[in-house]
Amino acid sequence: MALLEVKDITSGYGEVQILWGSSLALEKGKLTCLVGGNGVGKTTLLRTIMGLLPPWGGAINFDGKEVSRLPAYTKAEMGLVLVPEGRQLFTDMTIYENLEMGASNQHARPKFARNLERVYEMFPRLKERHTQKAGTLSGGEQQMLAVARGIMADPTILFIDELSLGLAPVLVLQLFESLKQLRELGMTILLVEQHVHLALAISDYGYVIVEGKIQLEGPARKLIKDKHVREAYLGL
Amino acid sequence: MTILLSLQGVSKRFGGLQALSDVTFDLPQGQILGLIGPNGAGKTTLFNAINGVYPPEKGRIVFHGKDVTRFKPYQLARMGMARTHQIVRPLNELSVRENVMVGACFGHESQNLGNAAKIADEVLEFVGLTSRADQLASSLNVAQKKRLEMARALAARPYLLLLDEVLAGLNHSEIDNMIQTVLKIREQGITIIMIEHVMKAVMNVSDRIIVLDYGIQIAEGNPENITNDPKVIEAYLGDPRLAEQLLEED
Repeated sequence: MALLEVKDITSGYGEVQILWGSSLALEKGKLTCLVGGNGVGKTTLLRTIMGLLPPWGGAINFDGKEVSRLPAYTKAEMGLVLVPEGRQLFTDMTIYENLEMGASNQHARPKFARNLERVYEMFPRLKERHTQKAGTLSGGEQQMLAVARGIMADPTILFIDELSLGLAPVLVLQLFESLKQLRELGMTILLVEQHVHLALAISDYGYVIVEGKIQLEGPARKLIKDKHVREAYLGL
Repeated sequence: MTILLSLQGVSKRFGGLQALSDVTFDLPQGQILGLIGPNGAGKTTLFNAINGVYPPEKGRIVFHGKDVTRFKPYQLARMGMARTHQIVRPLNELSVRENVMVGACFGHESQNLGNAAKIADEVLEFVGLTSRADQLASSLNVAQKKRLEMARALAARPYLLLLDEVLAGLNHSEIDNMIQTVLKIREQGITIIMIEHVMKAVMNVSDRIIVLDYGIQIAEGNPENITNDPKVIEAYLGDPRLAEQLLEED
């Protein structure tokens, strides 16, 4: 059974419907990616799964329990953790303080030391600069900190919204390398990513969303060769 | 073939960000030009440059044979350039008809109130909002507000209509209806530039497409050429070589 099951979710903002029945499943220990063009509902789907946006219909099951309407803070406590698009760091706080904030939920606190060691190992840059304010970091370092803060929350599932957006290629590669490490550690991850090739190269399984609906899904290695992916993007 | 709008090396910078670099194209009268590109590519900024909201610091914009590079939006409206906005902003306290009258009064023909009301009714019929004419604009749903936005622009009797994501937020049948409306507008001889993310739609209605990425015009051509252009595919799907690098390290 999948660790997280999203079934036929509909959602949107005000009277604007964005999701028109999207379903996906995350297997434990697997890296899954969700890709799709601009404005097709990727972030909306993440926000709905996280409880930041109420679903209009459909169901979300986590570890066999229905969690569709639980608020975001309850879900965070259960181990559903989001690395949001645009990073949303506490820019006036230091790296270390940001990491402390990440570990503020009850089940993460006892594991603080172990998780801190893990993220410092993964991102030595953050250790070197741990007293520096987050707002003074480069874009790539800020993205590393955003991922590290997510790990500090000791996630059962880590959701990452746009890992590579706005970063130079060399930094993008570094971040994907860290993602590979997380995958090897057996973490369950859902990656939303605009760089389709990279996302599929690193993932076990992939979903392509078009106009608020999943249009294609399959093992990432198959999708990478599937010309329908390009067609889905370019509206053919 | 008369050229209605010509952009020559249009560039715009916001602080350290080069939002538009050397954008150059000619738009013949009566065509639909689709403007596409990933998020943050500069599409709306280009509309704002053409429309006089953010005049470019380099380059020239010629509309109707006249250099309009430094013209203000209201001057361009008088010359027959109308636009819709991505986020619709109806005048909520006015009726639907009065909203459209505003377009007629401040547009290309600068109508008086009596004529403006007549034009408003014609345009409302054209976009299918006649039954809502006396309602407050605030009472419309999203699809209707998008139509109102279009009606207001059309009431200005423009030569050139700039459409910024008129399909965003619409459901499938509303999208089909809106596309029919866009095609009907072209039949009236109005030239259109449309920014659109709904790819199927933009590929179907455009005579020509320009693709922007990081403010640079990376491709231009008919829809078929565009969908097969490796540069366009890379702009949308990312550089495949990066993925190869990542895999090689295994």
